[in-house]
Amino acid sequence: MSDTHRGLAVLVLLSAASLAVGAADLWGGGLDTGLLLAVSRVPRTCAALLAGAGLALAGVVIQQTVQNRLVEPGLTGTPEAAMIGLLGVTLAAPGAALPIKMGAASAAALAGTAGFFLLARHVPRRDPMLLPLVGLIYAGILGATALWIAWSADLVQFIGIWQTGEFSGVLRGRYEFLWLIAALAVALYLLADRITLLGLGEDRARSLGLDYRGTVLAGLAIVALSVAVVVVTVGAMPFVGLVVPNIVSRFRGDNLRRNLPLVAMLGGSLVLGADVIGRLVRWPYEIPAATVFSIVGAALFLWLLNAKGGRLRG
Amino acid sequence: MIEVENLTLARGGAAVLRDLTFRIPARGITAVIGPNGAGKSTLLHTLAGLMRPDAGSVTIAGTDIHRAREDERALILSLLTQSAGTVPRLNVRDLVGFGRWPHHRGRPTQADARLTDEVLERFDLTDLGGREVEELSGGQKQRAFLAMAYAQATPWMLLDEPLAALDPKYTRDIMERLRAIASDPDDPRGVVLVLHDLSIAADHADWCVALKDGRLHCAGPWRDSMTSDRLSALYDTPLRMVSVEGRTVVMDT
Repeated sequence: MSDTHRGLAVLVLLSAASLAVGAADLWGGGLDTGLLLAVSRVPRTCAALLAGAGLALAGVVIQQTVQNRLVEPGLTGTPEAAMIGLLGVTLAAPGAALPIKMGAASAAALAGTAGFFLLARHVPRRDPMLLPLVGLIYAGILGATALWIAWSADLVQFIGIWQTGEFSGVLRGRYEFLWLIAALAVALYLLADRITLLGLGEDRARSLGLDYRGTVLAGLAIVALSVAVVVVTVGAMPFVGLVVPNIVSRFRGDNLRRNLPLVAMLGGSLVLGADVIGRLVRWPYEIPAATVFSIVGAALFLWLLNAKGGRLRG
Repeated sequence: MIEVENLTLARGGAAVLRDLTFRIPARGITAVIGPNGAGKSTLLHTLAGLMRPDAGSVTIAGTDIHRAREDERALILSLLTQSAGTVPRLNVRDLVGFGRWPHHRGRPTQADARLTDEVLERFDLTDLGGREVEELSGGQKQRAFLAMAYAQATPWMLLDEPLAALDPKYTRDIMERLRAIASDPDDPRGVVLVLHDLSIAADHADWCVALKDGRLHCAGPWRDSMTSDRLSALYDTPLRMVSVEGRTVVMDT
């Protein structure tokens, strides 16, 4: 059985668990089973899978683009920039339709991610730990800006919602934008070789005839869009984009053409798993998936850092 | 043929290449030599089209390199960069296969796969095909990157210090392979490489481009243009070319 098949099996089992578990009883409860599934459980399961896949894919792309395995979308200012865009559109046009809000968040996220990329070009590469630290500071500055805007406009409660990814609010009609991630995943699959070439470095990529700028821009756009969609619909989730690509790379290498499906599946499974755990721990209350994932993700990351042969190279 | 005309390039206000004009004939091995900081690596990157000159031009095989598109350039020349920087976790076969990218641009054909296999065979990498590049020894890694550049099947190969940090065995291995590539009767390639070991340059180079402070010190066939006096003046230290067992060795005096 290949890794992909195993991954698929885990995914199906988790999805079944996700459909069955929740505050309301699926069978014999006060609610109609079909209705409960259609309105809440199925959308919630899809949302967790899509968000996880999107963040994991965004992680793989940003890591290859800046050639550093310790970077993830949460360390590139992308979610914070998306929040600034969202706040901006909320202030400028409070009644704007969701697609417009999403567009503003995505555009701001792209600008923020591009800013990180330009910054990364000036960071010395000798120590791979340096770039994530720079990213942490950069994200901190953008985050503080977002908070300041929110504070001034009395919108601080939104920041809290965007910062903590959780799926309890996902209902039919309120998560569909996440399907954009499926489209982005297809686009990314078509670009897979080019993104792998980015990982070889600018000189090598260009001497192989790659349109370096265009490819970087396409990659950053995929990162920004995926993250913006996740932040707007369910809230940011740390570690997914860091841990998932590293696990896959460790066992399967970096040839994205081969690995992207696995990255997407593992990202989806881990986030869905975190959401199911979050629903069970304090049943019938819930713990945000992002909180659960932070704990699991931190442990996974420490294991990756220290496991034998698991050197994380920059 | 590589034709360089009045090539001038400044970085951060400081001139790195100053009005270089020279030619490299279409065949054989050309050594780019000169003291540290002479601009050798910059010259190679400018020849490869990766750095844009402030003035002058580079014409390779009739194409103005800085006017050509990146994908056109990739069919004229391949570049082996210094191995500094990181390598993604790719196996050797995938890495060498990416050398074919300019030809298939993401849609490899049967012919590309066959050529990749032939290149692996030629560079004695077939058995290492499934190994990760990162796991290889320094010498094997360099051989894999050389194979990748070779797989690009360009008339010109530019190599930036391909012998850096290699032990004598692999130095010899790489130089012999380059010799074979440059003089392959069926598929000869022009090989231009930055070298620091002057004895190796004297032993292998057909042509020579010597830089000092970004200026051209001399260029031409190694045998005619290189003398002990010229080398001494180039490196500002007394050097002597001596013949030992029929080979030229450069030593300090």
